[in-house]
Amino acid sequence: MGSLTRRTFGAGAAGALAWAALPRTLKAEGGKLKVGVLLPRSGLQALIGQSCQKGADVAPDLLRQRLGVDIELMNADTESNVDTSRSRAERLIQEGAHVLVGAFDSGHTSAIAQVAEQRGVPLVINIAAAPQITEQGYKFVFRNFPPAPEIGRNGLVLLGDIFREAKVAPKSAVFMHVNDTFGQAMAKGVAALLPKLALPFKLLDTIAYDAAAKDLSVEVSKAKATGAELLLLVCRLNDAIVLRREIVKQRWSPMGVVSPGSPGLYEEQFSKGLGKYADFCITNTVWFNPKNEITGVFAAAFKKRFPKDEFAFHGINASYTFDAILTAADAFRRAKTNDHKALAEAIRQTNIPATERVTFGGPIKFNAKGQVEGNGSMVIQNLRGKPTVVLPKQYAEANLVFPMPKVG
Amino acid sequence: MTAVRRRGRVALIGAVVALAIALPFVANSYILSVVTLALYLAYAGQAWNVMMGFAGQLSLGHSLYVGLGAYASAGLFSHFQIGPWAGVWLAIILCTAAGAFIGALAFRLRISGVQLSLLTIAFAELARIGFDHLDWLGGPGGLFLRVAERNSVDLLGFRGPPAMYYYTILVLVGGALGLCSWLFRRRAGYYWRAIREDEAAAQSLGIDVFRWKLYAVALSSAMTAVAGVFFAFYYNNLFPEQIFSFGRSIEIILGPVVGGVGTLLGPIVGAGAIVVLGDGTTELMNRIGLDIPGGKQVIHGLLLLLVTIYLPEGLWPPLARALGVAPRRL
Amino acid sequence: MPAFSDLANAVVSGVLTGTVYGLMALGLSAIFGVIKLVNFAHGELMTLAMYAAVVASERLSLDPFVTMIGAAALFAALGYALQRGFINRFVRRPEHSQMLLMIALAMIIGNLLLLGFGPDARGVQTSYQLDSFQLGFLLLDKVRVYAAGAAVVATGVLAAFFRLTLTGKAIRACADNPLGARVAGLPLGHLYAVTFGVGAASVAVAGCAMVPLIDVTPGLGPVYTLLAFVIVILGGLGSMVGALLGGVVIGVSEALAGLLIAPSAKSMVSFGLLVLILLVRPRGLMGPVRR
Repeated sequence: MGSLTRRTFGAGAAGALAWAALPRTLKAEGGKLKVGVLLPRSGLQALIGQSCQKGADVAPDLLRQRLGVDIELMNADTESNVDTSRSRAERLIQEGAHVLVGAFDSGHTSAIAQVAEQRGVPLVINIAAAPQITEQGYKFVFRNFPPAPEIGRNGLVLLGDIFREAKVAPKSAVFMHVNDTFGQAMAKGVAALLPKLALPFKLLDTIAYDAAAKDLSVEVSKAKATGAELLLLVCRLNDAIVLRREIVKQRWSPMGVVSPGSPGLYEEQFSKGLGKYADFCITNTVWFNPKNEITGVFAAAFKKRFPKDEFAFHGINASYTFDAILTAADAFRRAKTNDHKALAEAIRQTNIPATERVTFGGPIKFNAKGQVEGNGSMVIQNLRGKPTVVLPKQYAEANLVFPMPKVG
Repeated sequence: MTAVRRRGRVALIGAVVALAIALPFVANSYILSVVTLALYLAYAGQAWNVMMGFAGQLSLGHSLYVGLGAYASAGLFSHFQIGPWAGVWLAIILCTAAGAFIGALAFRLRISGVQLSLLTIAFAELARIGFDHLDWLGGPGGLFLRVAERNSVDLLGFRGPPAMYYYTILVLVGGALGLCSWLFRRRAGYYWRAIREDEAAAQSLGIDVFRWKLYAVALSSAMTAVAGVFFAFYYNNLFPEQIFSFGRSIEIILGPVVGGVGTLLGPIVGAGAIVVLGDGTTELMNRIGLDIPGGKQVIHGLLLLLVTIYLPEGLWPPLARALGVAPRRL
Repeated sequence: MPAFSDLANAVVSGVLTGTVYGLMALGLSAIFGVIKLVNFAHGELMTLAMYAAVVASERLSLDPFVTMIGAAALFAALGYALQRGFINRFVRRPEHSQMLLMIALAMIIGNLLLLGFGPDARGVQTSYQLDSFQLGFLLLDKVRVYAAGAAVVATGVLAAFFRLTLTGKAIRACADNPLGARVAGLPLGHLYAVTFGVGAASVAVAGCAMVPLIDVTPGLGPVYTLLAFVIVILGGLGSMVGALLGGVVIGVSEALAGLLIAPSAKSMVSFGLLVLILLVRPRGLMGPVRR
């Protein structure tokens, strides 16, 4: 009967919810660290969230081998939604998570941070670029990811390195950017930093475009019309693909297509979708350090668990997520307890050397605001269909190719 | 109604109210956050329901008012340190003006039905893109409000533990219920019902249809503004992409539509049902060990489908009848 | 002031893309105009068609312009079945009930696509994808030209259907006067189903034409649904030429706005136009005068 189905389902769902509400008996957890992992595994950011999750999935086994700690992951899907992020964070804490890791999106991470701070549970942010998150005076929120302005600055500085290595420099540039957080921050940053950094080119124009725009022919024609030699680009994946196609269609061959730090150019779909046209595009961004021993171990474990995935494409997401869990595990090992406050203190005292982390940068050491400083960017160029480290020289996996050869 | 039935009903209401007041003390933080979310959706749904129930106009762009209200109060707080108790008035004024503008436009030009709905969507989208370009309100990077100590109650700045937010939204929901119920019995309520039944007949009776429809729209947007202010100070960050999005507008209407459009208690019942089913599904899937990202939304959609097909009036009217109560319509 | 060649290129590009948008909107115009169904799942149908083209390209190595034909037939059948078997029961329900139904369907389709295909953007690879024709100072993107061509042909076929065939005329009769049509003995259920089938088929063609230009993701639906509605209102309900015209107007005005004003505010144009049209000429550019 209709009414029966209605009521029983409703009762079932309410029952499940009520069951969840009952206080859980605390088992003697002893030497186990429960890490609540909050990532957008569905919704608009699903692609990145699932990529991050892969890094998390590999962590427990690896960390047991290397650090001797026992980690249990508690995975939750933020569904790319701020309401869900908050309630999932509450749920994880209520289910006994000792530390939280997440959540990629700055808005969601901010909501989770508030919950974490209010409940006194440490949150180690894997990826989130909004600078405000570590400006709130939180005591339980830690971030090992550079805020957007820092990424931008590093990216621009590396431009100078590219030109020095290639022994040639463009005289003019045009800057195209997607109209989102990073794009706008970069637009301001570029205007402010260019005179200070003594970069050799003149910025002819800045063209902002809508992230949701499907047709970018006009924007590209505007950029091409400036006659600039270099294309600076802040984009996301989908528009990067559309843009690159447009550039080829409109028969424009700039000296280089360089991103000072946005996603898009180094991602899998970009290379798969554009084939040879993806090659030689450059992104200056945070990355994993290919010369560290732990990176090799991590990459091997990743390849073993996800044989169909090319590690380089998941590099940033998986590595930063892994490093966040690594930080939590390292703190747990030192604190010898999974009590929230002690853990937070231990995290505050973290000092993981630069060679012991998968991601590229200085030591993992949190400043007074809970932010790690010194996370550097590297020059990543698509070569033979794979994002490859080309600068700094001592970490390079291949040689830089600049200017971009004419593809046709 | 028999005396027994009446006493039973009073007891039921009393129990619900008692539980509502006691919730922060008996339930854990997770349940509290879920109930707070449900109440927020219920309140926003009630506000939307006024426009639908009183003026019969289907607004699919109500996120406009949530966003305007949120940004107005958040902007005042961020830039001028003016607290939300004052900020909410600016929010209400702004949204009432916006709602009246859109309503006047639509009613004067006889736009109704889907075209009106599309008009509302258009304005919400225009706001979204517009606010994306307003740098001093954060632009696409978002407006972050300074978060103060969460363990002390700062009523003036509207900061405090989750329980404070819970009680606030509870009061809002109760207030909205009371307001609609009161209006229902007044002349305004009769006018609105007459207009909804037969606009031409109402006009011929001398009711200024245009004016009263406008009042309904203005009231709806004013109430939604408060939801926006709550949202801003509860989440402490605002992004145009998210707050003005079409998805949020749909989220607002889901409660009333599932619960019963145009009824007094429909939006509350509907919002509750959706949140319970949504979170309940996630819990169920976690228990069974099913890890299918996106699976919950499919089930969510399926549930919506089932309700639409088999319960066209919504959940509340048949439930009310089962409880022996007449479902009150706006 | 940009060079004339840039302006010309922008306008031409806008016309070409707009034609494909127009075809997509045409499907909605038919569904909305005849069945009076607020099809909030329209964009999801287009997304589904785009995925079909991707799969056909990957598994069967079929060019999307070839897949188009099969997809049209398939979607016509699916649309017919959906309307006949399911949606017909909702035709007389209140508007918000219809909308909720279609929104629920849209949610289900969108999330099933996410489950089935994953969140990655998927596209087709064709050999001519990045080629362009050069006509003087005009640089015409090959894919856009083909897509526009397909859209125009499809529109022609639809026009012929509605104007010349008996079924087409019967459908138009239903749109004009449902009661009268029923009195005259027309099988409304069947005709509505044919209409939905036709609408779905046009969306399928539009999707196959679009996918070489734009990679598909599961969340693409709502964008196209909104766009289709804007174009239908702009062009005028019930007018096929109007739908095409509306699409072109949107395509060109977005291109020009991008060139002359600010590309990031490009989308405001379509919504601005919608507001303008609703205020100034609610029946749309080519819509019938309302009684």
